[in-house]
Amino acid sequence: MRHRIDPKIVEKVVFGFLLIVSMLILIPILWVFLITLKNGLSVITWDFLTTSPTMNAGGGIYPAIIGTLLLVVGTVIVSLPIGLGAAIYLSEYSAKNLLTRIIRIGIVSLAGIPSIVYGLFGFAFFVIFLGQFLPIDWRKSLLAGSLTLALMVLPVVITASREALEAVPEHFREVSLSLGATKWQTIRYAVLPHALPGILTGTILGIGRAAGETAPIIFIASAWLARLPNIGNYYIFSGFMALPTYLYSTFANVGKYIENPNTPYGIALVLMILVFIITLPAILIRAKLRRGRKW
Amino acid sequence: MDKYLMDTAALEPVAQIKIKTTNLDLFYGDFQALINVNMEIAANKITALIGPSGCGKSTLLRVFNRMNDLIEECQVTGTVLIDDQDIYLPGTDLIDLRKKVGMVFQRPNPFPLSIYENIVFGLKVHGLARKSELDYHVEQSLKEVMLWDKLKDKLHRNALSLTLEQQQRLCIARLLPVKPDIILMDEPCSSLDPVSTQRVEELMKVLKEEYTIVIVTHNMAQAARVSEEAGFMLLGQLVEFGRTSQIFTTPKDKRTEDYITGRYG
Ligand SMILES: Nc1ncnc2c1ncn2[C@@H]1O[C@H](COP(=O)(O)OP(=O)(O)O)[C@@H](O)[C@H]1O
Ligand SMILES: [Mg+2]
Repeated sequence: MRHRIDPKIVEKVVFGFLLIVSMLILIPILWVFLITLKNGLSVITWDFLTTSPTMNAGGGIYPAIIGTLLLVVGTVIVSLPIGLGAAIYLSEYSAKNLLTRIIRIGIVSLAGIPSIVYGLFGFAFFVIFLGQFLPIDWRKSLLAGSLTLALMVLPVVITASREALEAVPEHFREVSLSLGATKWQTIRYAVLPHALPGILTGTILGIGRAAGETAPIIFIASAWLARLPNIGNYYIFSGFMALPTYLYSTFANVGKYIENPNTPYGIALVLMILVFIITLPAILIRAKLRRGRKW
Repeated sequence: MDKYLMDTAALEPVAQIKIKTTNLDLFYGDFQALINVNMEIAANKITALIGPSGCGKSTLLRVFNRMNDLIEECQVTGTVLIDDQDIYLPGTDLIDLRKKVGMVFQRPNPFPLSIYENIVFGLKVHGLARKSELDYHVEQSLKEVMLWDKLKDKLHRNALSLTLEQQQRLCIARLLPVKPDIILMDEPCSSLDPVSTQRVEELMKVLKEEYTIVIVTHNMAQAARVSEEAGFMLLGQLVEFGRTSQIFTTPKDKRTEDYITGRYG
């Protein structure tokens, strides 16, 4: 006689196991969040958010908040048109040839490069090489930071956009072409509008994630700058502070000369909240999309 | 006596030829999907293409608006005249051709936009955007497909909330603002119930007053009901082409007879 475990028991065991595994995922998330909250909350005051840092990581983090926000804006401005353009080319125009394969492999490789290498490349190329043509004050700039970060998020933007474009049903294109639209008109009127929510969601999530990265901008952002990116005089050529790099430099100096050891937690909390706010539109669009999609 | 016959023949209106194919061959790569098709499609009539699945009906239909151009290794030889213009001549304006030759697809496929946006889609693409004109075309087009009374207060509803029959009518309405002469329909009723099918057939009979209609159908009863002329296709060949009544009552070719008496397909 074959011995067989009751399938109902198996079902319960499997279910229980999967539930426990899922709960295990929650623990580190909660842990990180609670520790940050516990240590960081005491640091956050109105002054902390709205004033410039003083020596030894005293004072506030206002310039770093603004710096990170501007960096995000710059990254979007650079990466969205290029990424979207590449995605449209790949999804709508490219033939199945060697060039297309090379571009695709390039994008995958770009995604595989460690972020610190982007940091190094950004510094070497945008700051040192292209910086030769700029006044010395303008080299470690918001522009250089945005370009570096944009390069890093480009694979994410391209992939998200391409997937959104390819999710638009083929018959939208057919109908449009059969009405006498050109290929570009078809993309413009029958494809892009339906892909846009997906494109924006993917892009925002990717850039939100990049906004918290230290490595790509560690050689470019200023460790300490008691002023805002100097919008008035230099615009995008201004030096800047950013939250992740400031977090890194304060934390690295805790116990040496940082006044309050909880300061890094305060910065981390602000950074987490900021990234959440940046990605919130994407989360909302995505939720709306799930409900509204009908094709 | 002879004289009398000649006179009546002269009185019968000569059907104007809208589409004429001569020695039409079509290849998908190495596979020949259309073999030496010669036919003349009359203006302001409903012409049906029948035949078993895979015999090339859709392919032939897509020759007329050159949608086959989208398929990379598709090659066409022979001539296809529409209003005496060879549409496969180099330099043919595909935009004008496709405005003139509209297409209704097998599954109702409105865009997931409002009813209004669906109808003005073609106009917007072709650069017409004056609100009053768009409104006018929406009303006219919906009236032509007999949806206006039902939908005039719901123009900004999502088109996908309509019934399948209404969606298919809307897809016909979507063609009209760009002013086609010819409407190609590829099994337009295959996803509709019998009652809806009958109503869409009624609509076709009204539309043929203004448009030349070519319909592909696997439903022979439908071909018999709506069409005045019919072509029977088999394995890429146009086996027989003539008046529908003749095809269905006294087919000249044995294969046509076998098909309509249900021996295959
Ligand atoms: N894009 C294509 N590439 C290669 N073969 C095709 C393509 N489209 C259709 N065919 C072939 O051409 C023949 C005719 O197809 P089709 O015109 O769709 O037939 P029908 O509409 O009569 O069912 C079929 O054998 C089909 O497999
Ligand atoms: Mg077909």
